[in-house]
Formats: sequence, structure tokens, C-alpha cells
Amino acid sequence: MKKFIHDFEVTLNDKISNDCFVLYLKCPVSLPTILPGQFAEILVGNSSEAYLRRPFSIYDVDYQKNELSLLIKEVGKGTLALSKLKIGETLNLVYPLGNSFSIPPGNKALLVGGGVGIAPMLLLSKVLNEKGKQPDVLIGGRSKNDILEPEKYTVYGNLFVTTDDGSMGEKGMVTQHSVFAEKISEYSQIYACGPDPMMKAVAKVAASQNIPCEISLENTMACGIGACLCCVVETVDGNKTTCIEGPVFNTKKLIL
Amino acid sequence: MPDLSVNIHKLQLKNPVMSASGTFGYGLEFDDFIDVNKLGGILTKACTSKNRDGNKYPRMAETPSGMLNSVGLQNKGVDYFIETIYPKIKHYDTHIIVNVSDSTVEGYMEVAEKLNPLEKITGIELNISCPNVKEGGMAFGTSCPMAGTVTKAVRSVYNKTMIVKLSPNVTNISEIAKAVEDEGADSVSVINTLLGMAINAEKRKPILSTITGGLSGPAIKPIALRMVWQVSKAVKIPVIGLGGISNATDAIEFLLAGATAIQVGTANFVDPQVCIKILDGIDEYCNRHGIKNVNELIGALEC
Repeated sequence: MKKFIHDFEVTLNDKISNDCFVLYLKCPVSLPTILPGQFAEILVGNSSEAYLRRPFSIYDVDYQKNELSLLIKEVGKGTLALSKLKIGETLNLVYPLGNSFSIPPGNKALLVGGGVGIAPMLLLSKVLNEKGKQPDVLIGGRSKNDILEPEKYTVYGNLFVTTDDGSMGEKGMVTQHSVFAEKISEYSQIYACGPDPMMKAVAKVAASQNIPCEISLENTMACGIGACLCCVVETVDGNKTTCIEGPVFNTKKLIL
Repeated sequence: MPDLSVNIHKLQLKNPVMSASGTFGYGLEFDDFIDVNKLGGILTKACTSKNRDGNKYPRMAETPSGMLNSVGLQNKGVDYFIETIYPKIKHYDTHIIVNVSDSTVEGYMEVAEKLNPLEKITGIELNISCPNVKEGGMAFGTSCPMAGTVTKAVRSVYNKTMIVKLSPNVTNISEIAKAVEDEGADSVSVINTLLGMAINAEKRKPILSTITGGLSGPAIKPIALRMVWQVSKAVKIPVIGLGGISNATDAIEFLLAGATAIQVGTANFVDPQVCIKILDGIDEYCNRHGIKNVNELIGALEC
């Protein structure tokens, strides 16, 4: 897929929780097709502390408005600067980067996201729905504040929630949710993105049920286009770049 | 229109702007963003005699105005390069210079000898300065006898343009430059990365799997500029300047300090179009200063 570099215009910077926000960005030309799981490398700019671009999953795409959005958690200097962006300001993106989630072989799929790791699951659930599949979305967090924009997923499929403190949905970790106990055999593919322990737990259950599982990795990255080889992950086929050969990997290929 | 062409030994470059090894893949990675043919040359990712998996992740740490890397020369070896990569890049209408590294003198010789017949590989850059491998790499570039030995050995099997990329992790870089010049180097690239380190204080752990790594980016530019200035006064062969070059002004500064050409490295990660912007900026500078030939700028520092 051809990659682009464009200056996008911020049309909305929507603070959705204490430390998370969604940037809505308008493309100056027609948006190219963006696949679920792909990401953009964002130039924060004007900061010696945030010199390199930052990779973010593409959260949603609106081809009619010519906009894409990014779900971002404020964790450091780069994301702090992004959180302060105002409507009308521009942001330089290199995109769309990386491979994408595959379409499940069967009808039903389970999409699991933890915290801000839910980001790529919105576009995935939308695309699966468009293709006539039934995505069930399971979001996990420490408390209800970590369950980000849950209403968006109900447009495309069923929504399930777990929180560590029980403030929303079922109490416990995602793999303790009743969908795993009751419905797991219905899914032809499982997708996960979030903290490493969560993805490992989901991958383990998937493997035990012999269900294909794809996870999206977030390795430290410099170029995003396969030039620097900084973001490699160990696979059964040797080191692979997260930026070009990922970020989506079948868990059978990873050394978890 | 100023004449931007410069000569590195037998190579006539369209202009002094080249991409630095390890930051530009094989050029193909940048085809979506720029016309690679416009560059003076491209320096490929390092090529070794055998396949190398490189170091364990994490291999990168962002630092103020720069980054540390410890990739560790990951590549599939010279035979794979010749069979699989060369056919994909030989169409480029620019100088393709392969960065050559290894753990042993024999390994360097093997790679150079195998590359020698490739028509479109018009030169090699001996990497005796990689700080991220346990054996070889920087060990060859931090002592005059070792640098001289590997240069002489490769010279005996390689008859096209041979550039030697020097390590800044030495007390006197000019002496190393002279040692490789004496043994037949046609040019020197100054500088490779500076050995550095990053720590995660919360976890009391190093950030890189290898603990130390090579520092690059604007943070190292003043050091690189000083070393280019020193080396260009010490040797007669052309000096290629690199280290933190991010814009045309930086590039001009390196030319003034004595570099005949420049390489753009880490800045490619921040802006994949930066090489072309630098090229356009050099052209603009020449026009603004009434310079008809870019060679007028080389070593033209007034002090």
C-alpha cells in the first residue's frame, strides 16, 4: 500500500476521560483507504524532548468528511503536547502504515481491548460489520473511567465490559468475562490489543481453544517505514519489524 | 542554477546530499515519499558476510534531540543482498554505496570482493565504527593499526571507490583518518554514532537490551561538525560529513567545515522527505549567495 505524508487539520480535540482524548483530523486531499490495525506516525514538532514521530493506531475513518481520528492517552511529553492541540492547528502524519487485521474465516469474531489499546478495535468492528460479520467487542479497564467511548461499538456489534473494580460490566480481567466461559467456541477469530499481560492471557485462551488470534503490538519505533529496524519483535521466523511486518501478528508466530 | 555536483574520488555525485547507512533502508522504503534518483547517493543498510539477527529488543531509546540505537547490523548477508536486494535497487539513477561491516578482516574482504563486480554498486563504505556489535565493528575503528589493517586488506580486493566510516569514540579522529588514508581509503565518512546510554530510573534498568548504544540526531551535530573540520585539515582525501544534519543550513555548515558531501541520517525518521528539502535548500542558499558552484563552499569557513 502506498504511504503518504500530509498535514492534517485538527477539527476537534475531544477530551473523553481524565487522561484520554480523541483527535479528529481532516486530510487536505482525498483520504486513501485505511485498513483496520494500521497506524500513523505523528510529528509532535518543536520539542527537543519529543524529537521522533509517535506511532498511533488509527481509531476511526470517515471518508465522507475526509477525516480520521486517533485515540490517545497522555503518558509523556509527546502526548501532552498533542493533548493541547486546538481546532485549526495542523499535524503532520505519515500514514497508513503497517499491515492490518485479517478478516475472520467464520461469521463471528471477538475483539478484545484493554484501556487505550482498544483504539484499533473501533475501525475493525466497523469494517467487520460492513463485511457482514458479527463482531463482539469486549473492553477491559481498571475502572469505568478506562472504558473509552463504549457506545461507539454498539453500532457495529455486541459490547461486553470488564473492570478490575467492578464499577462497570463484570468484575475481573477480560479473560474472566463470561463470554470466554460461555461463547468462546462461537468465535472463528479473536483479536486483542492492550497491555502485554492481557494480550498474553487472551492468546493463551485462544490457543487452548484452537481459535486463531491476532494481536496488535506497540513496540518502540523510530521510522515507522521499515528503514531503521528498531521495532523488531521475535517471531518463530526470526526478527520481524513491527512497523512493516506488523503491528498485527498471529500469536502462533510470536514467541510470547 | 548553481552547479551542485561534487566528486568523491571517482564518483561524480549530482549533488552533495546522500542518505546515511541504516537510516534509509535500501532506498525503496522512501520511494513513496521522494524521488530517490534526485539524491547524490544512497548508503545502504550495513551488509555483512553472513546473516545477522541483530540485537534483542529494545533497540531504540529517544533522547533529547536525538536517539540511541543498538540494532546490531541486522541484515541477511551479502549473498542475499546480491541475489534479492540488488535486482530491486539497481534501477536507481544515483550512486548506490553499500555499507560493509563484519566481525573479522576476512569477513570484510569477503563482502567487498563479492560486491566488486556489481555494476551499479559504485562504491562501498567500510563500517569500522558500529558501536553495537560484540566483535568487530567499532573495535576496528578505534585504533590506528586495526583501522589501517582492515582498510589495507579490503583495498587489496576492491578496486572501486572505498569510503571508510570513522568512529567518533576516539581521542584523536584525525590520526585514524590519516591511518586509513595511508592504507588506500578514497574518502572518509565522519562520523558514526557516539556511544551513549539511557536509563529508566523508575525501573532501575537500562532502556536498551545492550545497555549502551549509538547516539545520533541533532544532539551530536556540534561534535560531528568539529570532527569534520579537524579531519578535513588532516587528510587530502574528500571527507563526507554526517551527524545530526536535519536541514539545509546544517548541511551548508558541514560543507563550510570541509565536507565535500554530506549524509542525512536520523532526520529521515522524522521527515521522510528531508533529503530533498535539504537539496532544495542548498540550491536556494547558493542562489542567495551568488554561488555558481557548490564546490566553492567546501572548506570555505573563514576563521
